[in-house]
Amino acid sequence: MKHGDQEQTRPTVQVASSPQYHDRYSTARIMWTVSACLLPAVVWGVYVFGLRALWVVLASIAAAVLSEYLVGFPFKRFTLADGSAVLTGLLIGMNMPPAVPVYVPVIASVFAIVVVKWTFGGLGSNWMNPALAGRVFVFFSWTGHMTNWTMPRTLPVPDGFASATYLGVVKTGVTESAGATGGPLALLRDAGFPNSRMDVAVTDWLNSAILQPLGIDLPYGYVDPFVGNIPGSIGEISALLLMLGAVVLFAKKIITWEVPATYFLSFSLLTWVFGGTIHGQGAFSGDVLFHVLSGGFMLAVFFMATDMVTSPVTRRGLLIYGAGVGFLTFLIRTFGSFPEGASLAIILMNVFVPLINRLTKPVRFGVPRREEARL
Amino acid sequence: MRRLSFPLGGIHPVERKEATRHKASTNAMIPPRCIVPLHQHIGAPAEAVVQKGDTVGEGMLIGRAQGMVSANVHSPVPGTVSEITSIYLPNGTRTDAIVIELEGEFKRLGKEPSRRDWSGLDGKAILGLIRKHGIVGMGGATFPTHVKFSLPKGKRCEYLIMNGTECEPYLSADHRLMVERPDQVLEGLRIVEHLLGPDHVVIGIEVNKPDALSAMQRAVKAAGLSYRVAPLKIKYPQGDEKQLIKAICGREVPSGGLPLDIGCMVSNAGSLHAIYEAVVFDKPLIDRLVTVGGGAIARPANLKVRIGTPIGELIDECGGFTRIPAKIVAGGPMMGQTIYDLDTPVTKGTSGILALTEREVRPALRTACIQCGRCVDACPIGLQPTRLFKLIDHFEQEQAVAEGLMDCRECGCCGYICPARIPLVQGMRVGKRMARQKKVSA
Repeated sequence: MKHGDQEQTRPTVQVASSPQYHDRYSTARIMWTVSACLLPAVVWGVYVFGLRALWVVLASIAAAVLSEYLVGFPFKRFTLADGSAVLTGLLIGMNMPPAVPVYVPVIASVFAIVVVKWTFGGLGSNWMNPALAGRVFVFFSWTGHMTNWTMPRTLPVPDGFASATYLGVVKTGVTESAGATGGPLALLRDAGFPNSRMDVAVTDWLNSAILQPLGIDLPYGYVDPFVGNIPGSIGEISALLLMLGAVVLFAKKIITWEVPATYFLSFSLLTWVFGGTIHGQGAFSGDVLFHVLSGGFMLAVFFMATDMVTSPVTRRGLLIYGAGVGFLTFLIRTFGSFPEGASLAIILMNVFVPLINRLTKPVRFGVPRREEARL
Repeated sequence: MRRLSFPLGGIHPVERKEATRHKASTNAMIPPRCIVPLHQHIGAPAEAVVQKGDTVGEGMLIGRAQGMVSANVHSPVPGTVSEITSIYLPNGTRTDAIVIELEGEFKRLGKEPSRRDWSGLDGKAILGLIRKHGIVGMGGATFPTHVKFSLPKGKRCEYLIMNGTECEPYLSADHRLMVERPDQVLEGLRIVEHLLGPDHVVIGIEVNKPDALSAMQRAVKAAGLSYRVAPLKIKYPQGDEKQLIKAICGREVPSGGLPLDIGCMVSNAGSLHAIYEAVVFDKPLIDRLVTVGGGAIARPANLKVRIGTPIGELIDECGGFTRIPAKIVAGGPMMGQTIYDLDTPVTKGTSGILALTEREVRPALRTACIQCGRCVDACPIGLQPTRLFKLIDHFEQEQAVAEGLMDCRECGCCGYICPARIPLVQGMRVGKRMARQKKVSA
């Protein structure tokens, strides 16, 4: 009698090693939930940059999914259901400028899945964040395409204004000017960077209703990046919607506080202390709010640096890792030659993860500290 | 009141104790046929002292302890030995079992037994009674109690701790025992205090059993004792010996050591009740409280069950299955073992029979480890389960042992929490076994 015959006639029960039941989270559920939490930011990107952005995102997802399928095919390992390929493709699409030729994100996805992820053994074995590695790979290969920005449709564009990101304008301003520049927002103003009517209205309201009684005067130009009225990669522009997604991830305990907290703290502390020096100002004058709201910081701090596969496994390790990413992001943004630093910073810290894991082994129960050190 | 707990790791598995926690325990029907395994404890199996065709009385010795670590086995019912056969226990080991067909008259059932005044007995006499009546640890470990309570020379018991945590989800047998018979459990504890002479006696109960906490408190007060009743935080595995001692005394059992190394002794509520019955009424361990539950059981209940009752009988008594269960479990869902044969008998260590539905088990696609670190976070003894699993998988047991593999309690925290559904606990077991075999052959 074949094995299957018996199953049809008699109900069977599973025989398994303990524990006999499980937590509600599975790998697939985690991956799909993260993808879902990214969606609001993607929808916003497509809204402000047009359908073109949608094709970019869909192409990167399709390329990632197809690569995952084809790489697994010879080994009969079909891993699409775990959702990790879709997430990688989605993140790559979100990290693309809206006007990029479609072959660029496709190549980024193929590189991410085939080279970064599968040459090391697929999900869980890659030591580098595949989406970021893919992005960095095409950034250095097609720098022109990767820095060709589009103004969002929600922002009034003055005649003759060459589109650039907040961070790009600031980097150019700092490089070209010899002396004091008056800070990031002043540089934006000098470059003729427009503010939306909403930014003006909300800033005015905030100032008159809340901030002026406290003695603070908020300049124009912070509300636009908060809401997402700035040029940038498709999925990185709206701090608000990314934070919304992050709240869900925190609530569902898919991401823990360690990495976002230490990343945020070390980055903003360093930016506050040293960020002003490149603008010809003294220490403790850096514009933290500007740096936190612009570029890929929000996407990086909640969705990229928190990637489980490429971050440490211990709680103490996560603290160190987050602080390290914050330090490197600050270093590259402020003193490096690129305007944007988060992706490189995360990839660099990925290298240190095995070392961090080794140095932050959990304290073992019933083992004296001295003895433990010898192991 | 301050709730004590252990500091490192631990998880909060879904409890699902509601179905049975308020249900008073009842006597299960006496089964027409009992299958009594000779190896219900850790150590050497007992040796049969009856033969096929023999008539046995209720509570009669049918299996004699062999060697140092072993326990006597008694007939749970009066009857005739119809055969001595070989069966599988839930943990996968094979053992001889004595099958008894019910017949004849009950000696004890329904009669008022005479009490023994144990206050005059010395330690040796009490240990003798515990040994004679086949008492083992009833929380699931089933270590022979007389061995555990024999203090080696030079060791002293400072803390005697009663384990009333019952941290395994679904189970409420110990809970009901403490609520319904607090005086008897307490008398068991007093017997052990008399035996070991500890400085402090502490009763640890998780706060999800407020009625048990107050029942035990009242009993302690009524008896005029100075025992401390300690409420414990709800956190798994609070009832693990090592975690319980840490929570109550702040001491850590050294790696590879025993509680007695740091002057502690832990005994669970069920065992203490069995000790009470053995010492006061000369009753061998022939029955125990079992929680029958799980989503596929029609009427979950707490039943006083004769050892050797086939679990199918218990499930029938609870209304049978409402749907086809995904798993049938002996014990709790965290450390219990799956059963595939409804003739598998209840043993001294069976604290529960659970029929879990697919939804309760929550199976999911097994994937590669995604390094989420949840197992590292959850491990109550500070191991890195995912790393140990990989080491074992690559036959590097020496390294795994160096990183603490042998300390693994198999509590199941890592396996419960793992989103990739990697059988981590199974991996640890395999690794330990490989390491032990290597040690033997080397």
